[in-house]
Amino acid sequence: MTSIAKPLIPLAPLPKNELGLTIRDYEGAISTLCAGCGHDSVTAAITHAYWELSMPPHTIAKLSGIGCSSKTPTYFVRGAHGFNSAHGRMVTIATGANAANRDLSYIGISGDGDSLSIGLGHLAHAIRRNVNMVYIIENNGVYGLTKGQFSASADIGSRLKKGDPNTMAPIDPILLGLSMGATFLARGFSGDKAQLVPILKAAAAHKGLALIDVISPCVTFNDHEGSTKSYRFMREHEVKEIETDFVPIRKEIHKSLEENDATEITMHDGSVVRFRSVPSGYDPYDRQSVEEYIRERRSRGEIATGLLYVDETAPDVHELNNTTNQPLNTVAYSKLCPGARELAEMQRHFR
Amino acid sequence: MEPTNDRDPNYFHQVVDCQWACPAHTDVPGYIRLIAQGRFDDAYMLNRESNVFPGVLGRTCDRPCEPACRRGRVDGSPVAICRLKRVASDLKGDISERLPEIPVEKNGKRVACIGAGPSALTVANDLMPLGYEVVMFEQFEKPGGLMRSNIPEFRLPATVLDDETSIILDMGVDIRYNTPITSLRSLLDENFDAIFVGVGAPRAKGLELPGRHDEGDTNIHSGIDWLESVAFGHVSQIGKRVLIIGVGNTAMDCCRSSRRLGGTEIKVMARRPREYFKASPWELEDAEEEGVEIIVNHAPKRFVIEAGKLVGMEFDVLEWDEGAKHSTVLDTVTVPCDDVILAIGQENAFPWIERDLGLQFGEWDMPIVDETTFQSTLPGVFFGGDAAFGPKNIIWAVAHGHQAALSIHAHCEGRSLEERPKAGMSITSTKMGMNEWSYHNDYNPSTRQKMNHIELSKRFESLELEVELGFSAEQAAREVQRCLNCDIQTTFKAPLCIECDACIDICPVQCLTITDNGEESDLRDRLSAPSVVATQPLYVSSPLPQTGRVMVKDENVCVHCGLCAERCPTAAWDMEEFELQIPYAKDSGILTIPVRRPKTAIEVGS
Repeated sequence: MTSIAKPLIPLAPLPKNELGLTIRDYEGAISTLCAGCGHDSVTAAITHAYWELSMPPHTIAKLSGIGCSSKTPTYFVRGAHGFNSAHGRMVTIATGANAANRDLSYIGISGDGDSLSIGLGHLAHAIRRNVNMVYIIENNGVYGLTKGQFSASADIGSRLKKGDPNTMAPIDPILLGLSMGATFLARGFSGDKAQLVPILKAAAAHKGLALIDVISPCVTFNDHEGSTKSYRFMREHEVKEIETDFVPIRKEIHKSLEENDATEITMHDGSVVRFRSVPSGYDPYDRQSVEEYIRERRSRGEIATGLLYVDETAPDVHELNNTTNQPLNTVAYSKLCPGARELAEMQRHFR
Repeated sequence: MEPTNDRDPNYFHQVVDCQWACPAHTDVPGYIRLIAQGRFDDAYMLNRESNVFPGVLGRTCDRPCEPACRRGRVDGSPVAICRLKRVASDLKGDISERLPEIPVEKNGKRVACIGAGPSALTVANDLMPLGYEVVMFEQFEKPGGLMRSNIPEFRLPATVLDDETSIILDMGVDIRYNTPITSLRSLLDENFDAIFVGVGAPRAKGLELPGRHDEGDTNIHSGIDWLESVAFGHVSQIGKRVLIIGVGNTAMDCCRSSRRLGGTEIKVMARRPREYFKASPWELEDAEEEGVEIIVNHAPKRFVIEAGKLVGMEFDVLEWDEGAKHSTVLDTVTVPCDDVILAIGQENAFPWIERDLGLQFGEWDMPIVDETTFQSTLPGVFFGGDAAFGPKNIIWAVAHGHQAALSIHAHCEGRSLEERPKAGMSITSTKMGMNEWSYHNDYNPSTRQKMNHIELSKRFESLELEVELGFSAEQAAREVQRCLNCDIQTTFKAPLCIECDACIDICPVQCLTITDNGEESDLRDRLSAPSVVATQPLYVSSPLPQTGRVMVKDENVCVHCGLCAERCPTAAWDMEEFELQIPYAKDSGILTIPVRRPKTAIEVGS
């Protein structure tokens, strides 16, 4: 929250992307979240990613539910489409929107409350359907908007600001995604944009649901000692062994000798995700290997971050459900709604 | 890089670009905020503390502050600092109650000031409140020096000058008009405790060309002498066709004065192309608006005298190479005229200083003067203003005056002149509450306000009619909001930082970077926004608690909007008002000024 909007200052010509837009063109309204909220950094990372990808703002649709996290779509890409839905129902709207118009690029912003409590059932099925979208969980372990109660992602032993420890087992969105058949799983930290921006770009290029669990500290209710989702805890326990680069489609790929060993994944639009470093024995295509790695790190009290799992070959929502190629908003009304006579004719066939 | 020592007054001082550039270090953002609040008396007094003549300087200053102004780097036009200074002066009420008290009982020391120009008046201004007896010798019948004799009344009304000179003279200065000093030796014999020489640079440079001293030379005038004669009413007309040789600010005053004394066809003849002119751009603009023609690439060759009368002047028409170093003559032309005014510069002349007094002269027959103490090689004799180091301008003269007064005070008290009090600083948070500051932090996109001028048709009715009308209330209100409040400093407390990136994300000019420490050149390569002005400092923090990286701020691009501090969850960033505590003669004997000098601005009941 600030008292003034971020002013546009004609200091020096800002760099422009391929569309001739500056990064300021990818910003939104001024944030009303608490000063220092991790979500604002996620917003900044999204702004960067879309600007660097030269995404036309009108081809983006931003969706959200309820919670601090769900306010954030207002704060980036003011020229995009947007839908703020009921609590936990962000992904249901995204599913419907996917079915109606596959040409838009969908990004849903949710939180640990919105996705792992009230919306968990919807999330699980959206993963199974492989809805084509970027799904961000801004994960801070508490319900910030209702003053800091534990959420479903709080770790056992993590303490509230008042001191009470959490005793219930946490839901890890990545492990959940692995077991539900998710095709793109990544974990980031709001305090590390250098890692988060390439992940966001790869997620936008992914075919299917790209789930990104971003640890985004609640500076007001969960940034104290005893918290396992504070800035300090993350900096002390984050493990960044898996490093990836995102190479956009238009750039020629030069491979140097030592990079020949790197594992590369070509995304459906032709861009490339290159794994620069992975721990030995780790295979980002193998669910079991990924799950073992995450569990092993977790047992040591560490949080593995990076682009953890990718499957670019699985069918997405459109293939699974045979959705229309043509966006419904471009289909003539007479065809969309052919009238009572056509309906009667169709019903006659079923009799 | 080492963490920035932001407790050194010089660090934040250089961030206030206008104040840093001003020879007298006037607290510009401070007085602009006071004007914004309608506190004109306070604004005037704050100005007066450092520059002594706000009304005069608000009209005539060379404005070294404006090219330095941060706003100029942001949108191309600096804040109209000079014009705002005039606003404070025009709208002030009676400030006599707020002037320093002059002790009835004197301290027994007598100081002679030669000349009653800006430097000498500043010396008197600083010494009178300390109990000194100041005797001022002025060659003319009125005070002001070159401010009176060389600046025409249509730029600086006599009432404004009279007002500000009498503030000082009324402190009880023993002013002796029509008393030129013809011998330093006899003045020394009068046993003053100190002598201050503020005689300016009174001699016009000559132009020895054929015809200069022939019959008809009564129509060839030297610029500053001619302006002086105009100022004192000895000259009240000039021919219709006038040529001005030279293109400095004196030339501008000459051509515009000629326009008011009967000249209708006035040409300013310049040797070099326009980009090499010495005159301030705004003075050139004003002259051209009044119909003065400025002709470039013409080098004077000879005066054309026919039948004992000046009829014209011959010029070589030049073509210059790139950089205007070398020229070739293309043609020779004669420009007809009735009068010629030579305004090609002025120089010092000290025929009245005997050379056997122990006061040494150096290059160009200039006295050797210490650049810090302003003392000559003859102890007790001090120089200031144009007399010290050659022609500069009023604001430099004032700055010299303050320093000379400090030295004179130390000299009279038998202290070392070299041990000078250091500048101090006060720095106070402007935080008033949640996202609430005691200054207006929002960026205002207004463009620079244009000065209103008196209509061209009425302008030449008399020499005394002031051309510039000053800002209207609305203009002043808009212009003050253009100031970026560079004295409200972004201060950073590294131990509080949690590296949440909030400030980095919100900064509208990307002037903040959290990165690994390194050498300065290396750090400058890794900033969020490219470092374009290497002379502007980097504000570097000590290592941050969580990662050991450092916070780096490029002072060049910051617009002091305070968003970093508003977004900071731990108040590691704060917006703090910096006030430079400049030592004057009254602060002598204290090596650093320990406490905030009560700012006149915050006095109750003003």
